[in-house]
Order: sequence, then structure tokens, then C-alpha cells
Amino acid sequence: MRGREALMYDPDPADDQREQVLRAAAACPVQALHVDRMTTQHRTVRPELPPSPTGGDDDFKRNGRIVIVGASLAGGRAAGVLRRDGFTGSLTLIGDEDHQPYDRPPLSKQVLTGRVSAEGTTLPHLREIEVEWLAGTPATGLDLAAKQVGLADGRRIGFDKVLIATGARARRWPNETEAGLDGVHVLRTLEEAELLRERLDAGVKRVLVVGAGFTGAEVASVCRGLDLPVTVVESGAAPLVGALGGVVGAVAADLQRENGVDLRCEVKVTSLEGDDQGRLTGARLSDGSMVEADVAVIALGAVRNVEWLRNSGLAAGPWGVATDAGCRAVDVNGLVTDDVFVAGDVARFPHPVYHYQFMSLEHWGNAIAQAEIAAHNMLSDQAHRWPHLSLPVFWSLQFGVNIKSVGVPTFADEVVIAHGSVEERRFVAVYGYQGRITAAVTFDQAFWLDFYRRLIEQAAPFPPDFRVVDRQDGARPVPAEVSQRVVPAQGATVMVTGHDPGERRVALANIQDEARH
Amino acid sequence: MKPTSVYERIQKLSSRADPYPLYTELRRTPVSLQEDGSYVVSTYEEIIALLHDPRVSSDRRNLASPPSPQQDGLPPAFIGLDPPEHDRLRRLTMRHFGPPDTPGKVAGMEGELREIITGLIDGIADRGRADVVDDIAYPFPVTVICHLLGVPREDEPRFHQWAEEIVETLGPGEGDQEERAGRRQAAILALGKYLAELANAHRDRPGDDILSGLVTYKGPDGPMSDIEVITTSALLLVAGHETTVNLIANGTLTMLRDPVLLERLRNEADLVPHFVEELLRYEPPIQFLPNRVALDDITIAGVTIPRGSSIVLALASGSRDPAHTKDPDRFDPDRAYNQHLGFGGGVHHCFGAPLARLEAQIALSELAHRLVNPRLVKDPPEYRPSSTLRGPRHVEVEYDGVVPPAR
Ligand SMILES: Cc1cc2nc3c(=O)[nH]c(=O)nc-3n(C[C@H](O)[C@H](O)[C@H](O)COP(=O)(O)OP(=O)(O)OC[C@H]3O[C@@H](n4cnc5c(N)ncnc54)[C@H](O)[C@@H]3O)c2cc1C
Ligand code: HEM
Repeated sequence: MRGREALMYDPDPADDQREQVLRAAAACPVQALHVDRMTTQHRTVRPELPPSPTGGDDDFKRNGRIVIVGASLAGGRAAGVLRRDGFTGSLTLIGDEDHQPYDRPPLSKQVLTGRVSAEGTTLPHLREIEVEWLAGTPATGLDLAAKQVGLADGRRIGFDKVLIATGARARRWPNETEAGLDGVHVLRTLEEAELLRERLDAGVKRVLVVGAGFTGAEVASVCRGLDLPVTVVESGAAPLVGALGGVVGAVAADLQRENGVDLRCEVKVTSLEGDDQGRLTGARLSDGSMVEADVAVIALGAVRNVEWLRNSGLAAGPWGVATDAGCRAVDVNGLVTDDVFVAGDVARFPHPVYHYQFMSLEHWGNAIAQAEIAAHNMLSDQAHRWPHLSLPVFWSLQFGVNIKSVGVPTFADEVVIAHGSVEERRFVAVYGYQGRITAAVTFDQAFWLDFYRRLIEQAAPFPPDFRVVDRQDGARPVPAEVSQRVVPAQGATVMVTGHDPGERRVALANIQDEARH
Repeated sequence: MKPTSVYERIQKLSSRADPYPLYTELRRTPVSLQEDGSYVVSTYEEIIALLHDPRVSSDRRNLASPPSPQQDGLPPAFIGLDPPEHDRLRRLTMRHFGPPDTPGKVAGMEGELREIITGLIDGIADRGRADVVDDIAYPFPVTVICHLLGVPREDEPRFHQWAEEIVETLGPGEGDQEERAGRRQAAILALGKYLAELANAHRDRPGDDILSGLVTYKGPDGPMSDIEVITTSALLLVAGHETTVNLIANGTLTMLRDPVLLERLRNEADLVPHFVEELLRYEPPIQFLPNRVALDDITIAGVTIPRGSSIVLALASGSRDPAHTKDPDRFDPDRAYNQHLGFGGGVHHCFGAPLARLEAQIALSELAHRLVNPRLVKDPPEYRPSSTLRGPRHVEVEYDGVVPPAR
């Protein structure tokens, strides 16, 4: 796939390659790439069907003013959907980065290995959408009473409706002096990826990766691919444990060690050390040991970009901006606003399938899906609004293994290897909570993901007990080893029906059972 | 007399030229039980769901009444196996065909493909009339797959007969089922014997072809057993042989029926890939996947398919499901978003799809560019008997001349 992916990420192919790219575009099963055509589709949206009815205010659709803050995946996608669905009013996209919106997932994968140039990650959206795009322009405030966005240069941009899509940024090493050492990197933006790639290219003695979440694990994988010595330090019991739990985390740990990563779990980095020229020399760990390294990648997760909303009156904080299931922002009093919408990594929304828990996700697919729902709802009246019911989906490529997940693996009490083989690193782990299937994680078995998505939506019983191909005989559910942060609402099990965003609805599964008892 | 079911009517040769109205009827019952106990699934969402359902097997030995072993001379190739055996064999084969081990293989064949097609079209230049099937659409992919696989092109008359037989007897048909199964088996065995000898020759003197790769590879997952080499190469030979021909033939019919489309194909290079994708949706060479088996009771679209039942996926019907595609019976290469079932889906998604696409794109674009004022002689043409692998027996065309190739 790598060769093909490289082709897909090249937005400006030389003329002799153009035909090939077009061919790849037409052939791409998810139509991830469209040259010359609008790119606002994903699996559940079929733009050749007429725009969905929105009801409501035709005058707003024709002459209204929409401002989108954050010109990346969610912001760019929402702009495309708004135009596609017939919004002809003024559309302003405010972004603090200088680039065309670009795609972040390759930054820790193909861009770091050098297979794809940094410019090769540009999302093919904006050039085709009629928007006023204010690049390199940070927003500094949101005035809901005056309906204006304030900019760093003092300008104020008025709006009828606004979409907040400011995403997140990399969490930095907390000690500023240490964070400033030459050789200490974070990874979220194109510049950061380029810097790190140049650094790795220039020759490195050892890379220290601080934190073994997805980004840390992918960076470690790239480094091993480049044959660089790597030490990964993780405070949890295993890599990916925060997202996938201890059982699958243990597999991820084996994967790292087999590939020559010096993995240290349940240890913390207590300080980064430098020489007198300010260059990183290594790190001190909580177990008293030292790691010598000339490059450190801080992969301690993301910080949501909410500072600019400080005085806005919205329920915004380190957890993100709270919304309802229709992407409308909630204010500090817990009231839903009418004209303020939120999408992507910055959003924190209640998910009916997960007992209405609020969740914030850092997933590509969630940003896309939310952007589409938000855009639709911005144009719709109450009767035509859609709920954001997509199940979270995530993928990661590390050590040659394609890891995917659907649902929320941390929302579980048990997990079972439903088929495949853990030893061969190709399996499906199914997660359950109180007798219902809530998530599935696949290692090189992505084909079955959709099947489990349906089971999750149907609130199917856990453990699954049907006959399947490639079945693991004798596999028993074991404790999921996840850190439960919130106590879920008892018995709020729902089922999701419908394929299209416009059709998808939930029904409480066991409300009648409850009444009978 | 019992009324014949829609599915039975589709099997009749008289339905071959235009089975699509019958598919519309078929979709009224998304999952329909046939008299022989099999379940025919005809709507897009349901087909997609079953293609990705691990309770659905491709191995006929899981049927409640499995085929008797002596009837099956060779074990199934990977198209008829389930994971993990399927995955291992597919991986081993992919090593010699595509990424990650052999990236760029198909793309690198473009020049060679153009050369072959140029030669074939040159071959009809001094005539005013040709059969696009026998003169172009058939010899083209056969030459390609022979070269790829390492099968001498001269042997074509020998294995052609077997390949035909295997394909015509695939899925249900008219006539005695026992007799059909017998013919099919005999053809499979003959082809197997031929390939066994060939494999031995390649083991001694390996070349730069897939068969040599299969017999010499010794790394992870490998090596393939002798039987596995035979079943795998037979699969590639037949699959590479009997499908693309129909896509090119159907494409020729489609573009010659529509002068505006033909003109656009000449003027808009960008249109060709979209034209081929729409063909795969609108006139797919593989209309049914007749070989699935339910490993457990499966409830879908309100019907419970009992464990051990045979399942038939009506791909061509699913690709024309109005619940999935707007105006499905209109041929429209400009569709912004074309999701079709032409290459199946899930773990058995067509192995040769990148090659098949390239072949069809090149062949159809060259035909459009080089034939001057081409006209269909007989429309609709005569069809081959199979309803499963559907395509014309001949596509006679007349033309006023053949222009030289563009480059
Ligand atoms: C290295 C990396 C690898 C990843 N890999 C995967 C993967 O494999 N699979 C997966 O599912 N997901 C992956 N993700 C996550 C995915 O990229 C994100 O979920 C996605 O980018 C979220 O999009 P967004 O538009 O919500 O936010 P962002 O992409 O963060 O965009 C927000 C934008 O708003 C701008 N902004 C912030 N504040 C302001 C302001 N005040 N004024 C103006 N503009 C502002 C930011 O600069 C940025 O351009 C990865 C992320 C990273 C960083
Ligand atoms: C237009 C031409 C083609 C069409 C429409 C087509 C269609 C299909 C379909 C629908 C399947 C799925 C079968 C199933 O699920 O049971 C399939 C599988 C397969 N195809 Fe093709 N095919 C084409 C050309 C080719 C070519 C050229 C090759 C060889 C190079 C090829 C090799 C295969 C193989 C090996 C499989 C089995 C894959 C597996 O089981 O994993 N096909 N094809």
C-alpha cells in the first residue's frame, strides 16, 4: 500500500504522472482522493443524492455569514459540506497556520520516513471551495453577544453562525528550559514533522520517545524502520494502554520489543539533561537509571486549543468545548447555544451508545464526521438536525501492523480474542461492557471491523458466541484492564439504526425490560 | 407446474442480453430462499454486510451437505478457502505481484500492455470488420496473464478449453447438474496436470514470473506445497482469463451504443478511469458470487439464513440498487462517487483488480482512439451461456479504417 498511498497524497503530480493519479483516484475504494472533483465524501455520505433537506431559513442559506475558526481537517471539511449543501452566503475560514489545510496522520508515518514530502499531505479541499481564507491569523476571542470573532491583529469578524474547529496542539515537556534543549521535539504540525525528519536524517545516536500512545509508538516504529536505536519510556503498564487497555497493550509491548525497541514501562522521565551548549544528552528516569539520547520526542498527548475562548461564556476547558449530540456548543450554564457549533478534536460531546458519556476524541474519522454533522445542522432547523452518532474509528500503522479500532475500547469490563492469532499478530479483540459488545480492535484484520461496528450498534451480547472463520478455539473473555474514569449511567443501552447520517437514530434498547421489573 | 423464481429466470439464456429488469424484481425480496435451499441476496447493504461477515465462509466443505471428496479432485484454491489458510496463500501470491514486496509491478506493466494492444489493433487494420472479443478482448488479457504467470502463450489452445469449461460450469446453469460437475472436475484435473508439469520446469529454470516465484520462494509463510502451487496458478490463469475479456467486450458495446460517450472518450483522457469504474458497476463481468456458506444462523434483512446453507451474492444487482446509487440504470461515467461491487469485497476482494483496471482502461481507450467510425454489426450480440460470468460471445464491429497509435 505504501507506494499507492504516496501516489494518493501527491496533490500536484507532474503531468506524466497525472493519468496515474486520476486512475488511482477513480480506483480508490474509499475515494479518499479526488482530483478535480469535490472531496467531501466519506463512507456514509453519497453526494450524488440530492442535498439533504434542511428546512428553515432560506434567506440565511443565501445571504448568511458563517465563520469557521480552525482551518484544518474539520474546518476544511465543514466548509466543503456547507457549499455542497447549498450555502451561498459569505464563508470565512480563519486559521493560524500558513498552509493549506493538510492531513496529520502521515506526519508520524510516511512523512517521517521521507516517503511523502511534507507538502504532499495537503488536503485537496480548499482550492476548490469558495471561501475567504484568512491564513496565519490566530483568533483571540469570541464575543457571543456581539456575534464577532476577534483576531490577533485587532480585527473583528462578524458572523451569524460560527464553527469552532481549533483542534489541539502537542503537549510540551513541562520544564521549559529542558524543553528548549536542542534535540527535543514534539509532533503535531507540518513544521514539527519536517524538523524531526531532518533531524533523523542527519544521523542520530539514540532517540528517546517519551510516552507510548499512538504517536509515540508510530515514531518509535519509524525510527526502527530507519534502523535508529530507540528507547521508549511509558508511565503505564504497556504501550497504547490508555486507548486499548492492558490486554492488547501487552501485545503492543511485545511488538515493540520484537522490533528492537528498548521499551521501559511503569517508569517516568524525571528530567531531560543537556550539555553546556544546550544540546540534549539524555534523560533521567524515575527508577534512577539514565538514558543517553541526542533526540527526544515528547509524545505526551495533546492540549486542546481553547484558550481563545476563555471569556466567551462557553463551557470550554482543558477537556474541550462541550456540545450536544448535534455539535451545538453548550455554555457555562449548561444551556445549548443556537449559533455556535463545534467539530473535531476540540469538541467534547455526549455519545448515546456509550451511555451518554461525554467524550473527546482525537480521531481523523471523528473530525470528518462531526464536521459534516455540524455543517448540516448549521443550515437546518430543529426538525432537520442530525445527531452525531458515528462510532469512533481509529487506525494506526506501526511495526508493519495495521491496527484499527471501532467503538470505545476503554468502555469495557472484559475482552476476548474473537478470531485470529495473537502470536501471529493478526487478530480481532472484542470488548464488552456488562454483557454488550462495545468495541473491537483489529491487528491486520481490518476487514472484520465493519461487522463488529454493526454488532456494537445493535448492542449485541458479549461475549460473541457464533461460529466464524478463523475462530480462536477456547478463547475466554478476560478482564479488560482499562482505566475507568467515569461511572456510566446504569442500563442506558441504546441501539443505532440507519446508514446515512440523515437516517441514523437511536432507540433505548431495554427501556421496556426496565419497566417490567 | 410451479412458477419459476426470478432467480431461475435470470439463469435462462434468453435473459442474458438484459438481465437487469429481473434484478429489479429480485431486489423486492432482498434475501430470497430458492427451491434448492440456497439464499440469494440482492441488495447493496446486505451484500456488503455479508462480504464482511466472518460467519460467512467461502469454503464449500462447510455446507450442510458438502460436495463429496472424489467429486473434488483438487482442494480449493484460495478463492474457496477461509482465513487463515486463505490469507497465507494470498500473501504468498501477492509477494510476486504487488505491494509491499513487489510494488509498482502493475504500474510498470503499462508500456508492455500498450505494446500488446497496439499489436492486436494493428492486426485488424487491413480489414473493415473484426470481432472485438476474439481479436482483442480475449487475446489481450490472456497474453498478459500468460506472461505474468510464466505460461507459454503457444499452449493457449490447450488451456483455453479447460478454462472455458471451468467457467461455464461455475454457478447454476441449464442442464444436468451432475454432468456439469463432472465436466468441471475433468477440466480442473487436466489443467492441474498441465500446470504441475510447468511448475516443475520453472523450479529447474526459474524466470521472472509468478509461477517461478511461487515454486522457489522459501521465506516466511512459505514454501507453497506442490498442490498449492497448482491450485493457485490455475486460479490466476482462469481469473486472469475469463473476466477482463467481458469487461472489455461490455465496454466496447457500451461506447459504441453511445456516440457522445465515444467522442468524449477520445477527447477527455481523464474520463477513461471513470468510464471503467462505471462499467464495473453497470455491466460487471461477475454477476454473482455463488459460493458462500453460512457458518452459523445469520439474520439479515429480517430473514434467518440457517447454518450450513448456501448463499449467493448477486453483485450485479447490488451495484444497481437504487437505495445505494441514484439513477442506477443510467450509465453515467460522471458520477462523483461510484461505489460498486464489481470486484467483490472483504478478504476475497479481487486480487487482480489493479491489473484488470489497467487492462480495461488501456484497451478501451485505444479502441476508442484508433477505430474510425466503428459500428456494432449485431446488437444485442450473442452471449456466452454463463449467467455468473456474463459476457458476449462475439462483438462484431465494422469500421472505416484504423488510425496509427498516438505515440
Ligand atoms: C502525528 C499525528 C498522527 C495522527 N495519526 C492518526 C491516525 O493514524 N488515525 C487517526 O484516526 N487520527 C490520527 N491523528 C489525529 C487526527 O489528525 C486529528 O484527529 C485531526 O487532525 C483533527 O482535526 P481537527 O481539524 O479537529 O484539528 P486540528 O487538525 O488540530 O486542526 C485545528 C486547526 O486550528 C488551528 N487553530 C488552533 N487555534 C487557533 C486559533 N486560535 N485561531 C485560528 N486557528 C487556530 C490549528 O493551528 C489547526 O490548524 C493523528 C494526529 C497527529 C498529530
Ligand atoms: C475485470 C476483470 C475482473 C473482475 C470483474 C474480477 C472480479 C473478481 C471478484 C468479484 C472477485 C471476488 C470473488 C469472491 O469473493 O469469491 C475476484 C477475486 C479474485 N480475482 Fe478477480 N476479477 C477480474 C480480473 C482479475 C484478474 C486479471 C486476476 C488475475 C491477475 C484476478 C484474480 C483474482 C483472484 C486470485 C481472486 C481471488 C481473491 C481471493 O480469494 O482472495 N481477477 N475477482
